Amino acid sequence: MQPATACASSGLTIPWLRRCSSLRVKCSTSQRAHCASTSTADTAEPIEPIEPIDPIETDPEPDPEPFKLKPLPYPFNALEPHMSKETVEYHWERHHRGHVDSLNAIIQGTEFAEMELENMVLTSYNEGNPLPFFVHASQVWNHDFFWETMKPGGGGNPSNVLKYLIERDFGSLDELAKEIQNAALTQFGSGWVWLAYKAHRLGVGNDINPRPSKKDKRLVVVKTPNAVSPLVWDYYPLLAIDVWEHAYYMDYENRRGDYVSVFLDKLISWDVVSDRLKNAMFRASKREKMEKREMLLDKMKEAKLRVKAVDLRPTPKARPKMKRRQY
Amino acid sequence: MALRSVVSRKTLAPALRHYRSLTTFTLPDLPYDYGALEPAISGEIMRLHHQKHHQTYVTNYNKALEQLDAAVSKGDAKGVVQLQSALKFNGGGHVNHSIFWQNLKPVSEGGGEPPHGALGWAIDKDFGSLEALVKKINSEGAALQGSGWVWLALDKEQKILKVETTPNQDPLVTKGVSLVPLLGVDVWEHAYYLQYKNVRPDYLANIWNVINWKYASEVYEKESA
Repeated sequence: MQPATACASSGLTIPWLRRCSSLRVKCSTSQRAHCASTSTADTAEPIEPIEPIDPIETDPEPDPEPFKLKPLPYPFNALEPHMSKETVEYHWERHHRGHVDSLNAIIQGTEFAEMELENMVLTSYNEGNPLPFFVHASQVWNHDFFWETMKPGGGGNPSNVLKYLIERDFGSLDELAKEIQNAALTQFGSGWVWLAYKAHRLGVGNDINPRPSKKDKRLVVVKTPNAVSPLVWDYYPLLAIDVWEHAYYMDYENRRGDYVSVFLDKLISWDVVSDRLKNAMFRASKREKMEKREMLLDKMKEAKLRVKAVDLRPTPKARPKMKRRQY
Repeated sequence: MALRSVVSRKTLAPALRHYRSLTTFTLPDLPYDYGALEPAISGEIMRLHHQKHHQTYVTNYNKALEQLDAAVSKGDAKGVVQLQSALKFNGGGHVNHSIFWQNLKPVSEGGGEPPHGALGWAIDKDFGSLEALVKKINSEGAALQGSGWVWLALDKEQKILKVETTPNQDPLVTKGVSLVPLLGVDVWEHAYYLQYKNVRPDYLANIWNVINWKYASEVYEKESA
């Protein structure tokens, strides 16, 4: 057993150092841990500090509540006497919150948790084969939309562009009200009634209108079952009336017609609807411009390819000249 | 070709023109008082359910039948087809609720007593136990989205009991022509909202106290004979 040797850099006696007769004894770099903690000599070789290992980028704790229940824009009793405090409270606190909680429970930790709500509704609809959490995502979106459609002291008449479009597409506000009533009463079961801005689209992959005009786009009244909304049909919703029974049963019992007419007379916020219309018209026209641009770009690409094909033919100059015989 | 269609219309027309009286439907009476099913279902719910909802279905069904009669007499195929959804909804509503009132019975008159006899054995055979059946119906009812019905059905062809759900007011036969309803539970919100608010599972748990198994047994024995 060789005697313990002293480390050249720190002077400490290290039992595991071995002396080789021809070499200077030196700590191996792997054993310098002791030097790093004990060395005080100025002549000590600069010791590379042990770099801390980069903490592995573990996924942070998944947020247990990717979606929060949006607060109402008014207090619970603000819509009295047309919609009682009880109804608003139960509707928001139990039904709306229930959907938010169910949605959070299902999507927590999945890739859907980072999506925007509207995107999630469209994705989970899955072209008519809805994923399990579609009902929750869609109902959260629908209810947010619904609360904002109403306001205390609502009612009155629409103005400006909205008024013009209503008169163009329905004839008058009364006609629109009649159509909404009809839709509500023929929505057999639970569902929603909507006024939507519809940019005329066929819903197939290449349905680009080559000559879009304001006349193609109309206001339409649509009714949807259960949790579906016209977002999935590529419409721009403007107003929503919840005709699930829980929305009106405590105030109107089975009289859905009365509820809808009071909604249109006393609860609706035409300002919000007008803003949504403005937004919808802007988005629709922007989208059409982009599509027109893309279509033109495609056409140009096609034209270039055609020109290239012509170039491939050999030009007369490319023919080799015949050599003259040397006489 | 045109001649042939004219000839066939002439032969059909007399058949269509024969006088047909339209049977209208009326709201059936409840075999018990509105408040007799408390505390499982409140009297207010029973009153509204019977006098308002069921009555509306009956009224609208009669209206739809009149319109159907007119459309059929005129030979208006488009009109006949357009009326189908109203007929299914209102007619289904009338049929389903008529069964529902028979499915309920006050506790004092035997509501909630478990089934004996043939139906009891069939339940044990097909579901294991009455508790298992109740659990299945409750879970299917709670999971039903929107409005609809949960049924305990007898499949006459296969001779087994099944638990089915139908949306909105679709009658049970839309799920299979050989299905006979033994028990139906209305899970539309109007059936429980005033009392249970949004807690449908509580309503489903409590309704078993007033379920009329005797009626279900009678229907079962009749249909499986």
